[in-house]
Amino acid sequence: MKTSTGARLGLRTIALGYLVLLIAVPIVLILVRTFGEGIGAFLESIRTPAAISALNLSLLIVAIVVPLNVLFGVATALALVRGRFRGRGVIQAVVDLPFAVSPIVVGVSLILLWGADGWFGGLERLGFKVIFGLPGMVIATLFVTLPFVVREVEPVLHEIGTEQEQAASTLGASTWQTFWRITLPAIRWGLTYGVVLTIARALGEFGAVIMVSSGFPGVSQTLTLLVHSRYIDDHNTYGAYAAATLLMGLAVVTLLGMTALDRKRRTT
Amino acid sequence: MITVVDARKNYGDFAALDNVTLDIPAGSLTALLGPSGSGKSTLLRSIAGLEQLDGGRIVIGGRDVTGVAPQKRGIGFVFQHYAAFKHMTVRDNVAFGLTIRKRPKAEIARKVDDLLEIVGLDGFQHRYPAQLSGGQRQRMALARALAVDPEVLLLDEPFGALDAKVRADLRQWLRRLHDEVHVTTVLVTHDQEEALDVADRIAVLNKGRIEQVGDPVTLYDRPANDFVMSFLGSVARLGGQLVRPHDIALDRSRERAEALDARVGGSPGVVEAVVERVVRLGFEVRIDLRTDSGVRFAAQVTRAEADALGLADGETVYARATTGPDAAELHPALAI
Repeated sequence: MKTSTGARLGLRTIALGYLVLLIAVPIVLILVRTFGEGIGAFLESIRTPAAISALNLSLLIVAIVVPLNVLFGVATALALVRGRFRGRGVIQAVVDLPFAVSPIVVGVSLILLWGADGWFGGLERLGFKVIFGLPGMVIATLFVTLPFVVREVEPVLHEIGTEQEQAASTLGASTWQTFWRITLPAIRWGLTYGVVLTIARALGEFGAVIMVSSGFPGVSQTLTLLVHSRYIDDHNTYGAYAAATLLMGLAVVTLLGMTALDRKRRTT
Repeated sequence: MITVVDARKNYGDFAALDNVTLDIPAGSLTALLGPSGSGKSTLLRSIAGLEQLDGGRIVIGGRDVTGVAPQKRGIGFVFQHYAAFKHMTVRDNVAFGLTIRKRPKAEIARKVDDLLEIVGLDGFQHRYPAQLSGGQRQRMALARALAVDPEVLLLDEPFGALDAKVRADLRQWLRRLHDEVHVTTVLVTHDQEEALDVADRIAVLNKGRIEQVGDPVTLYDRPANDFVMSFLGSVARLGGQLVRPHDIALDRSRERAEALDARVGGSPGVVEAVVERVVRLGFEVRIDLRTDSGVRFAAQVTRAEADALGLADGETVYARATTGPDAAELHPALAI
């Protein structure tokens, strides 16, 4: 299709304007507000005990969620691609469920299951607090990030097929050796993307986590909860901007990491 | 030596292997030849342990390996699509089996370099498979399979994914390699020319059964049945019998043709035909013929014979089979 220069420029302007208005302007506004008061004010605001605790909690959740997702995500992807069993369609749908279900619904259903009156409520009476404790926040985050590793690894497994693994077995490699030496290196980029997406989503999760967290500043607030409570409860809008900037900073670092890895992949 | 006894394998209702029994002598280069779906790949993969038989036994070098995992069968396997380890260099690919066996580093390095020299990939040690051509990748795969000193080498349509020129070269090269290395080799192919060219023994498979086993000359000259005859080389139907196009002689005179034909025992007789087309294929000349009843067949003659006959389109000739006086004994199908 041939378009005139005018039409092309017009289309580009509209597309760019849409992006700028929808995404760039709000983010830049927060940055402007944050650093408008000077870098000192920003640093002070993210060095309060509540902020440090929130950062640590967010990173702790990521540190627990990522390995679990890698382990079960790869296992699930292998089962879905290589397995020949009934009910694969159902499992495919279950894996996609977290994409479809609103996080707030996840939070409510977790309370129903793990809360004091829930099916597994007995655990709480034994002194293992799930809801309004760290385990609840981890489970909520696991729920919403479950599809990422599976969905990134699955197509790669399809693509590589099983011949390399069969070749390894005829050369004497055990199942375990084949997995570590052949399968895992072959899926490493899919797995890396899955991990990056998991990190980004785990850091940013709000709806599911707010339902199952007790939300005490300095104890059970993640970074997203800190932004929320500073803004809504404390009317500390500047503090909210600063915390939001910190959160964005972490996301940017993750994205930069991914870009660097991607560049490395292209050269090998 | 490999012995397959009563091997059976079904995929649902489809019998991929139907009571196959086969001996593969030590040191031989045996081709499993057949059309797609004949069970030849299933048989090879069963020998490797990549498929589990529903019944029967596989014995390699006197050891019953029927229930043994592929890792412990002492085999080397080469796949049609190379199955190169894409994230490893050529050196690491070839070294894989030795690394798994935890051989000393110096020994691995020496052996890998030797093998790469044998397969003509010296100097390619640090390349990745993506930087090799198809033929090079397959030679790397062969070196990788040979590195573990397999008792038997199994090749599943190894040249199937390569273009015709490379395929012909690699075939010759494999033959020479086999003469040097002497490892018992089984090659799966659907290409009769490839089987005739490289193998010293051929097993023809059809519908999960073995039709005939023998050396290439026997199979070509004394096929056990019409299937083997038509699968190995081209055939023409003359008077209801299958004859090789180069075993058909043409004459302009019916009397002469009949006199000569009388000497051939069990021959299909003289057939009158009209020349449809004369095709010169270099040294050979193919003459497309048609009988009164509309049956088409082709005769293959030398250039000198064609010139002597001086045939033109539309002329009538008399065709007869020239397979010697003992044709009936040589080729049972002709005696029917």
